[in-house]
Amino acid sequence: MNIDIKSEKGTAIAVLKGEIDHHTAKTARAELDSFIINMQPEILAMDMSGITFMDSSGIGLIMGRQKLMKECGGSLEVRGPQPGIRRVLRLSGIERIVKII
Amino acid sequence: MEILNEIRFSMPSLSVNESAARAAVSSFIVQADPTVEELSDIRTAVSEAVTNAIVHGYRGTSGRIDITVRLLPEREIYIRVKDTGCGIADVKKAMEPLFTTAPEEERSGLGFSVMESFTDRLSVRSEPGRGTTVTMRKKLAAHGS
Repeated sequence: MNIDIKSEKGTAIAVLKGEIDHHTAKTARAELDSFIINMQPEILAMDMSGITFMDSSGIGLIMGRQKLMKECGGSLEVRGPQPGIRRVLRLSGIERIVKII
Repeated sequence: MEILNEIRFSMPSLSVNESAARAAVSSFIVQADPTVEELSDIRTAVSEAVTNAIVHGYRGTSGRIDITVRLLPEREIYIRVKDTGCGIADVKKAMEPLFTTAPEEERSGLGFSVMESFTDRLSVRSEPGRGTTVTMRKKLAAHGS
């Protein structure tokens, strides 16, 4: 998986591409956390339109970033998940705590 | 059990092999001509079972994961993921949604829920100190439906 983060006026967009599983989530977590802590964005949008596979490791990845963003006074949103990924998101009930567009 | 076709493979419990397991299972299943959604369900369920073996079964240690995939009559897929790791003392508790013993790794506790939702039948046999065997079955929709 690769992540490309762009930031403008307090909103950061992290474009994620590839597959999210337990293996790839580890590096994604480190990369996103380092950005959040250093840049303190008001909103972090995880653009997941380029994610072709995600298991429940992705739920842990989103929940952890939501928690960190909240601690830093910001918020997290998830953008553009493909249908298969949307089904995992729905199953987890994460839509109740994270905005999914 | 009448078996129309079968593959078996074994791999060390390295997290980098999670994607290899998904790829191997889906390339075998493609012969049954599943829908995109069915294939995605199976890939996700396999990924959860293999990740459980790596994260929980062989936690802090390493071992082998044996995977068997069978194509059964009436377009039924059988998948078995077996480890010889630490086992699960309380399978019922482990299967509760959101229950996890690895929160520091950001495990959401949804692995078994995903396996249960994305397949038709899930069975978990485990013995502490001997390992865990997860068996899943999923019937593919009839052709043309």
